[in-house]
Amino acid sequence: MPLLFFIALKHLLARKRQSIVSLMGIILGVAFFLAISSIMQGSEADFIKRLVDNSPHITVSDEYRSPRVQPAEKLFEEGAIDIASVKPLTETRGIRGYQKILSYLGNQDDLVASPVLTGSAIISFAGEEEGVTLNGMIPEEIHTVSTIQDYMKEGSVDRLMSNPDGVLMGQSLARRLSVSLNDTISVAAQGGRVRTFKIVGIYQTGRGGYDRRQIFVTLKRAQSLLGRTNRINAILVKMTDPNTALTRSKEIEQIIKYKSESWQEQSEDLMNTLAIRNMIMYSVVSAVLLVAAFGIYNVISTVVMEKHRDIAILKSMGFPSGDIRSIFLTQGVLLGIAGNIIGIPMGCAFILGLQQIKFRPPGSSEPISMPVSWDWEQFAIAIAFAMFASILASFLPARKASHVQPVDILRGGL
Amino acid sequence: MLLRTENLTRTLETEAMPVTLVKQASVEIKEGEYVAIKGPSGSGKSSLLYLLGLLDRPTAGKIFYRDQDISNFSNNKLAKLRLEEMGFVFQFHFLLPEFTSLENVMIPMRKLARLSDKEIKAVATERLVELGLEDHINKLPSQLSGGQRQRVAIARALANNPKLILADEPTGNLDTQSSENVQEILQNLVKTHGCSVVVVTHDPEFAKRCDRTITIVDGAIIKE
Ligand SMILES: Nc1ncnc2c1ncn2[C@@H]1O[C@H](COP(=O)(O)OP(=O)(O)OP(=O)(O)O)[C@@H](O)[C@H]1O
Ligand SMILES: [Mg+2]
Repeated sequence: MPLLFFIALKHLLARKRQSIVSLMGIILGVAFFLAISSIMQGSEADFIKRLVDNSPHITVSDEYRSPRVQPAEKLFEEGAIDIASVKPLTETRGIRGYQKILSYLGNQDDLVASPVLTGSAIISFAGEEEGVTLNGMIPEEIHTVSTIQDYMKEGSVDRLMSNPDGVLMGQSLARRLSVSLNDTISVAAQGGRVRTFKIVGIYQTGRGGYDRRQIFVTLKRAQSLLGRTNRINAILVKMTDPNTALTRSKEIEQIIKYKSESWQEQSEDLMNTLAIRNMIMYSVVSAVLLVAAFGIYNVISTVVMEKHRDIAILKSMGFPSGDIRSIFLTQGVLLGIAGNIIGIPMGCAFILGLQQIKFRPPGSSEPISMPVSWDWEQFAIAIAFAMFASILASFLPARKASHVQPVDILRGGL
Repeated sequence: MLLRTENLTRTLETEAMPVTLVKQASVEIKEGEYVAIKGPSGSGKSSLLYLLGLLDRPTAGKIFYRDQDISNFSNNKLAKLRLEEMGFVFQFHFLLPEFTSLENVMIPMRKLARLSDKEIKAVATERLVELGLEDHINKLPSQLSGGQRQRVAIARALANNPKLILADEPTGNLDTQSSENVQEILQNLVKTHGCSVVVVTHDPEFAKRCDRTITIVDGAIIKE
């Protein structure tokens, strides 16, 4: 065993109780850090997974990011002509040439795309009226870009294929209208067109607005009801790798010109919230480790104080100041290492314990276990932070120890 | 000449006023010489010994070790010189409390690392046996008597075969029996190990055993 290490170890073992108390600080710091970080990371990952699963990765809409150049401006591209009171050409809303766009997207092998026509409509049933968003989709493609088939309570998405006049609606809406499966409702759109639909499926996603406001019908029926034959106003895209959505959406927008929004862009505010949440949690757990660092500082300063005499002896023997500093720094490092060796398994035990907790989130029928993360990075952060804190906490007392002058102690007698 | 000083002066800045601990002290220690330093209490004996042992730096004057001026050596260089060439024995047997007698003796040897760990253990044991401590090798300082501790301290001072042993009232805290014992050991060291010994003592009997006596009063050497 190296000499300085040997001396450092002896110093720690000589005051077992103090060492253990300060060790507990680091152990608990590391363990709590891991547990909190794991559950925060886990729930964030779970949250993002739900977000990514349940929403299209890219939504192509019938809008442009910048207003279109009007024909009048095109005419005098070079000139400095002020054209007043030009009224932009009224365009029928919708994605033009969507067949071409769809076939382009169909040729990309990292994604699947499906067209949608949405519009507002009013459902009337037994004197009740409810405003809803009508989604016209190709029944065969719904499962490729959406997850409502996973949330069906009654009926199924497939029934929409065999039943062109079928409609899927959320449970809250069904309850509100007091309708049940196989009932017939009439849906009216702007312009006065009315059609009757048969309820072929009822879903419950647990997202309130979604379950109360969205209904799904076949694309053909939606087009005729909304009076927009052969038109769509959105394309939903699912990526094989959701993380590529941000860059791919930009590339796609470049080519098709229509606004293509990735899920990251759509939930920017949520992402910011998550970032703030992370910041709060890291400050809290850092504070825990900071308190642990004070514990180490306290122990090592006490040891240094009590050891002035021994420092004087070692120096008179011929140990240079650097050795003295190393001896006390080593004690901090030893506490840090020991804290990690015990704290990491303890943290893992905490995480396993948390994983055992089952709960039922609202809107979910199955109890799920607490989402936790076993990401190696948080272990690395915990280890690094604990080591850093222990070294920093022992550095000051160690430096003080190295400055002790043997004669000052010898003159003092004892 | 092993150690020589020229007009060594050490002043201590205190809050009230500067105190002169040692005044213009010129000392010469030859190889294999046994020198006593005596004087009244508070005369500056210990202060002079710390200067000779390179534990303290003089305010003025020069120190030569083997004719080399070491007054301006860095602290680390002085530490190295202490490790290789000097051994200390203090009045209050400064042993490291967590370590056994054997470990206390081995620590400076391991620091010097001139021998293998095995050899170090053998030599350290031999030193302790030489001083009649064969039954106390693995005891902690707290389990030893004052005389035994002082002998462990001497064994430790001898660990690295120093050329110079500096002892500050090594018998000051011991009963007559132990005191005689320590005095004999130190006297034998000069003969067997061929090293120089400088010892601070109040005891005239002790001083008589030495080759010569330096007397110091109020920080100044008055008689060689
Ligand atoms: N820290 C200090 N502040 C002020 N004066 C000091 C200090 N340390 C020592 N002295 C003074 O320096 C003088 C020399 O002290 P030193 O310890 O060298 O004497 P000594 O001869 O070894 O005495 P003793 O025989 O009692 O051990 C004394 O008068 C003492 O009072
Ligand atoms: Mg003294």
